[in-house]
Amino acid sequence: MSDVEYRRATAAQGGLLVVSGVESVAFGDRVRVRDHQGRTRNGQVILAAEQETLIQVFEGTDDIDLENTWVRFLDQPLVLTVSPALLGRVFNGIGEPRDGRPPIVEGEQRNVNGSAINPAARNYPREFIQTGVSTIDGLNSLTRGQKLPIFSASGLPHNRLAAQIVRQARLPGEAGNFAIVFAAMGVSYADARFFEESFADSGVLGNVVMFVNHADDPPVERLALPRVALTAAEYLAFDLDRHVLVVMTDMTNYSEALREVATAKGDVPARKGYPGYLYSDLSEIYERSGRIRDRHGSVTMVPVVTMPSDDITHPIPDLTGYITEGQIVLSRELYNQGVYPPVDIAPSLSRLMKDGIGKDDTREDHPRVANQLYALYAKAQEARNLASIIGAEELSQRDQRYLEFATEFDKHFVGQGEDENRSIIETLNIAWELLSRFPRDALTRVSETDLAHYYRGGDEAA
Amino acid sequence: MSEARVGRIIEINGPILRINLAGARNGEQVRIGSLDIVGEIIALEGDIAIVQAYESTEGLRPGETVNGLGRPLTVELGPGLLQGIFDGMQRPLTEIARVAGDNIPRGLAIDSLDRKREWTFLPCDGLEPGDTIGVGELLGTVQETETIEHRIMVPPNVQGELIDLAHVGEYTLEDTIAQIRDKNDQVHKLKLYHRWPVRIPRPYSRRDHGVEPLITGQRILDTFFPLLKGGKGAVPGPFGAGKTMVQQQVARWSNADIVIYVGCGERGNEMVDVLESFPQLQDPNTGRGMMERTLLVANTSNMPVVAREASVYVGMTIAEYFRDQGHDVVMLADSTSRWAEALREVAGRLGHMPVEEGYPAYLGSRLAAVYERAGRVQTLAGERGSVTLIGAVSPPGGDFSEPVTSHTKEIIQTFWALSKELADARHYPSVDWVDSFSQDVSIAAGWWAENINGHWDKRREEALGLLARDAELSRIVNLVGPEALSHEQQWELEGAALIKEAVLQQSALDDVDSYCSPRKQFELLELVMQVFDRGKKLIELGAPVQELAEHPLMARIRRAKSTWRSDETDDLAEFATEVYETLAALHSEYASSQEAAS
Ligand SMILES: Nc1ncnc2c1ncn2[C@@H]1O[C@H](COP(=O)(O)OP(=O)(O)OP(=O)(O)O)[C@@H](O)[C@H]1O
Ligand SMILES: [Mg+2]
Repeated sequence: MSDVEYRRATAAQGGLLVVSGVESVAFGDRVRVRDHQGRTRNGQVILAAEQETLIQVFEGTDDIDLENTWVRFLDQPLVLTVSPALLGRVFNGIGEPRDGRPPIVEGEQRNVNGSAINPAARNYPREFIQTGVSTIDGLNSLTRGQKLPIFSASGLPHNRLAAQIVRQARLPGEAGNFAIVFAAMGVSYADARFFEESFADSGVLGNVVMFVNHADDPPVERLALPRVALTAAEYLAFDLDRHVLVVMTDMTNYSEALREVATAKGDVPARKGYPGYLYSDLSEIYERSGRIRDRHGSVTMVPVVTMPSDDITHPIPDLTGYITEGQIVLSRELYNQGVYPPVDIAPSLSRLMKDGIGKDDTREDHPRVANQLYALYAKAQEARNLASIIGAEELSQRDQRYLEFATEFDKHFVGQGEDENRSIIETLNIAWELLSRFPRDALTRVSETDLAHYYRGGDEAA
Repeated sequence: MSEARVGRIIEINGPILRINLAGARNGEQVRIGSLDIVGEIIALEGDIAIVQAYESTEGLRPGETVNGLGRPLTVELGPGLLQGIFDGMQRPLTEIARVAGDNIPRGLAIDSLDRKREWTFLPCDGLEPGDTIGVGELLGTVQETETIEHRIMVPPNVQGELIDLAHVGEYTLEDTIAQIRDKNDQVHKLKLYHRWPVRIPRPYSRRDHGVEPLITGQRILDTFFPLLKGGKGAVPGPFGAGKTMVQQQVARWSNADIVIYVGCGERGNEMVDVLESFPQLQDPNTGRGMMERTLLVANTSNMPVVAREASVYVGMTIAEYFRDQGHDVVMLADSTSRWAEALREVAGRLGHMPVEEGYPAYLGSRLAAVYERAGRVQTLAGERGSVTLIGAVSPPGGDFSEPVTSHTKEIIQTFWALSKELADARHYPSVDWVDSFSQDVSIAAGWWAENINGHWDKRREEALGLLARDAELSRIVNLVGPEALSHEQQWELEGAALIKEAVLQQSALDDVDSYCSPRKQFELLELVMQVFDRGKKLIELGAPVQELAEHPLMARIRRAKSTWRSDETDDLAEFATEVYETLAALHSEYASSQEAAS
């Protein structure tokens, strides 16, 4: 069948092409489209009926004319050829080289959609990854196999933070490096170059596979890109036993492309024009992270989501938060105060932290210290609100102490250099310096033993 | 229903197919194409049947064959359910991992329950051939796990004369353990298991009122917003607020006989968490392994959408089956929003008119029908059993006015509303005491009065009252500053803070406090309320609020929940006495200095 070209396009709109009267086309199969200029485009069957086939064209349907369009059904789903040669290469959203080097031909072809990991085959992620960033390691730890997105907004330094994580991430006490899968959807040339240079500077390029779709590349291709990238990641992790860190930026561009196609298809919108299946669609991507029993490697995911109009309740961050295992939220307010990385700890969360930290993993006081810092920070926020109404000088002594704590916390704990790689012990020590500003009795979340070991406050604190 | 028939695919639109199948019936199961994918007929339009596929339809082509199986989606009910993990169609996931590896393949035909395993069947005393046997009647038992006796019953659709009953011995699921001749002279060979269609509620003889609370070991739930055994509850909350934690805590610690945990469109790792952690835990009520009474239905978010819709019915049917054995069952559904979204997805592809946020008009009635299957009943065999259903709700943007939350709110009796503000402040469980409610406090009060303390009701009211005052006073403070408050009012703020920290907050991760017995719950509440009352008198006598609030005792009161376990309430009582004595001493100090002053 794949040799036959059909000239039966009957409609084209919004990245979708309708072909009539071709029988028995498989749902999900790949399609090659030749347009009137002889240029080839790639597509996928998204509705297969006896009379009509609907094709999603990755390069879009601009400039298509129905008379002179030839469609060839390739009789196979979208696949990626996997081999160790993936490392060090750059591809587009459907896995074609964009580094000027020849395509990978030797290797197994894998359906990029994968199939769901059997939950009974998973291992719970428990191994603490030290990123060297205090707000992450100390308060929202990342573990191997976790999916922990960065919620950001335009103009905030999410790329710098993601790059810092890539540079610094390691398992305490383990030498091996992460393999990096970099999935860029609709990113600017400047951002793509920033990452490339950052990988090059830290000498990891040979450990990176990049899948890049620029802002001016076809949006429909963004729908395939993360699936292709994750096929590579899964191969590296579960076939080659590598620990893989997947950085995906920007999931907002991905979701917007999905909305575009959904609208063209006439799908019923749920919120803000996004289709009802956005949740399931994003899950198919995010849930590909994890650890699998009896496999040595792992897929850890750090997706970047820019929140449209800084709104965390927007469907894209909202649904992402409902799927991922926490989120690191960046704040414009902190950024404007010159704090880097501007991580707002209150809405930030790591759900897998509980099993990755403590006595055998980081330090025994770690869970309680995190808890205590959060409790104090929450009180400090109340004091800040109050101060903005009645003025700081009107605050009670107790509230003033909270206020000072918050200032120091933002400066010394949250704030750190872009090249500052703090060990978890350093992070915890900074935490104790801050805690020691309070009298012992105010620290009810840490244990008496913790206080005996680490508390440095004196009489002046009381 | 008719026997197997063959039809043909006409159109494939994601998980929805249009097929041509003679004699197709709504609800009928089909097997689709060369991949043998499982599907279900959900609508008929003339010659065309519309099918929802429970597995990915990728690679299917129009023209491929479809086999009508002539029966609806059913589950297998019998020994071997417990401790298992099944997918949304009740396929055993551990077994699938064994035969098929790390990922779930399509079209796998596999029995839900192990056919090879032998179980020791113990027939009921006194049953003799010739006896008349009614529907749902008990034939014998199998000790499925050390704690759970699996009762083998006549299926709800069989009755007649007992011809033959197996002796004590080892039997596999396919062995015949009894034969019954019905009034049409048809002989039914009964096995240790039977099948039941998931969309048809299992019959019972009568519905009963709830009489006692489900004890979950969580203070904010048991003491403040109780849920009855056989009740319907919902846990709505934005992402990360703690819905899953609440559900897992209930699964861990509640005094149910059987726990059915349905992961519906949520994370794979959460399922593993249960699978890995439960076997390490002990049931505080029986001392046995927690997993022995638990089973999981997992249709994670990356699994096919429509199987999510089925998973809730699969879980519910299994829950009813254990209820029919006279057990108190708790079913947790995390998350009913994902179930509703699956419904929406299918409705959208069927072209049903969307009414709110893309949901079809029948969302409310479908939700109600699911919750309606919960309840406390008298079983066909005359026993008492119950299914308590607790559904998590995941409102988009945390907005409780959205369709799923608002419909759910009308159906349930207990509403545990989780708050983003509390969660962000790491106040866990983040159950909001203003938005949450329980309609069954008075029934629960009877239980607490009888079993724990007659003052439960009063103390609960007082605590909630103080929390309400706190909200009011905080508003004033935020307008004009704390100086505007009287000393008594400032003490009320301190009292509320104490309730929040010493009573309401309860970390699931704290070994000592993760489970809190009703006795400990009451003792803690009593302690805090006593401190508040006594402190109030001290303030009236002129004691400075600050001095009381920062008294070293307060730190110890805040730590009390994590200091003494549920079986150490004597020590807690001793500590309370010490607190009261200290306060009494302060009292006489201030009383005498006031006397001296006047
Ligand atoms: N009772 C609790 N004790 C301690 N920590 C808790 C508690 N409840 C929630 N948490 C913390 O909050 C995190 C998020 O909770 P959980 O996963 O239950 O949220 P959720 O409401 O189910 O979110 P989602 O809708 O995204 O699934 C947990 O990983 C844990 O860190
Ligand atoms: Mg959850």
